[in-house]
Amino acid sequence: MDCKSTNSCCSNEKDSTTTFHPDDAVIKKTESTLTFKNHLDHFKARIGLRRNEHLVIPGLYTLGMPDENSKVFVTANYTLSFDALRSALKGIDCFILVLDTQGINVWCAAGKGTFGTDELVHRIDAVKLHEHVKHHKVILPQLGAPGIISFEVKERTGFKVEFGPVKASDLPDYLNNRKVDAELRRVRFGIFDRAVLIPVEFRSPFMIVMILLSLFFFGDLVNHYTIGGWMAAIFSGLVLFPLLLPWLPTKDFTAKGFQLGGLIAAVFGYLIFVDNPDVELWRMLGHIIGSFLLWTSITAFLALNFTGSSTFASRSGVRKEIFIYGPVMAVMAVFGTTVLIVSNLV
Amino acid sequence: MFNVSQVNTLTYNPELCNGCRLCTIVCPHAVFTMINKKAHLDNPVACMECGACRLNCSEGAIAVESGVGCAAAMFRAALTGQKEATC
Repeated sequence: MDCKSTNSCCSNEKDSTTTFHPDDAVIKKTESTLTFKNHLDHFKARIGLRRNEHLVIPGLYTLGMPDENSKVFVTANYTLSFDALRSALKGIDCFILVLDTQGINVWCAAGKGTFGTDELVHRIDAVKLHEHVKHHKVILPQLGAPGIISFEVKERTGFKVEFGPVKASDLPDYLNNRKVDAELRRVRFGIFDRAVLIPVEFRSPFMIVMILLSLFFFGDLVNHYTIGGWMAAIFSGLVLFPLLLPWLPTKDFTAKGFQLGGLIAAVFGYLIFVDNPDVELWRMLGHIIGSFLLWTSITAFLALNFTGSSTFASRSGVRKEIFIYGPVMAVMAVFGTTVLIVSNLV
Repeated sequence: MFNVSQVNTLTYNPELCNGCRLCTIVCPHAVFTMINKKAHLDNPVACMECGACRLNCSEGAIAVESGVGCAAAMFRAALTGQKEATC
């Protein structure tokens, strides 16, 4: 979903012990203006720096001067989630209830169950929400729904769960219209949503292994176009693929990756060919074909790995892709590497 | 061909539907629509198996094997011997 507010699901698993803060029941104050420090924190989160440390203390916050009739909005204790919510509520007096999701965004935490029924019920009791408002309604982001059994929350706390729009920025619209347009209920995954995920993709351990491997390919056929081809294969998978995702033909991530990777690899294969006129033809072809197979499989693998960052890949679909394309990629990579080594060393 | 990922485990029994419309609200991909006060499985291919509809259907009319559609998590789970891939 775009892991909903837009960030990759695949952060490192944290110790799952719930941390209780002594201030749990104390009402905290917040405001809707974001400071430079907040923006710096968002930047760090986006590039994957200290990924598990973008935490907000769970509990009840006041925004403006809420009274007993004011609305209650629920969010995760990830700074990007909390800040998106409070900055969208500029000028609205309300309460914000922050659940302890261990610094994970709403969508991913809902999938894990930490943005879940039990935590919501627990948090409503811990902050004594019924003492602060006289209505019985909490507004949750729609993407929290995979973790929340709304009728069970009502049974256990008396509070009715209302699912608001997907994006916090659509909240003012929602509050004015008292209902959510079908369009605001759908997850969009536009080019900006995809682009902000790219920096985190660069932390893929697979990519680091590939770059290290590429350095081992010394041989008299290796020139700057060979190095360029390695980098281009990785760049295609990590940068071009997310950007071009909706426009690449076919539905499967891996099939899209094969096409993109194959195209880029062919370009560099051609460049290598025209740049080395003096080498025996069979060695040149071996070097190019081996590189082509290896690079294409790398790009396709990185494309498959983007499934978790996307907002629409299903578990069954990804399993099927691994089952069908996995062996193809493996054979291409092994055969390509063999041909490459032979043509360079013989 | 090349569309093997367009599968999911979503099933729906309209006879159990009580018309509460929650499934049309919680679904991020508008898989369900309301027709004559009953939920209608309108676009099943769009389902990403998040499980929100199943969880919020008090009548048990919806079944789906939910989980994360993340290849990286599945590889990690396979390498570390976890049973279930998680983010």
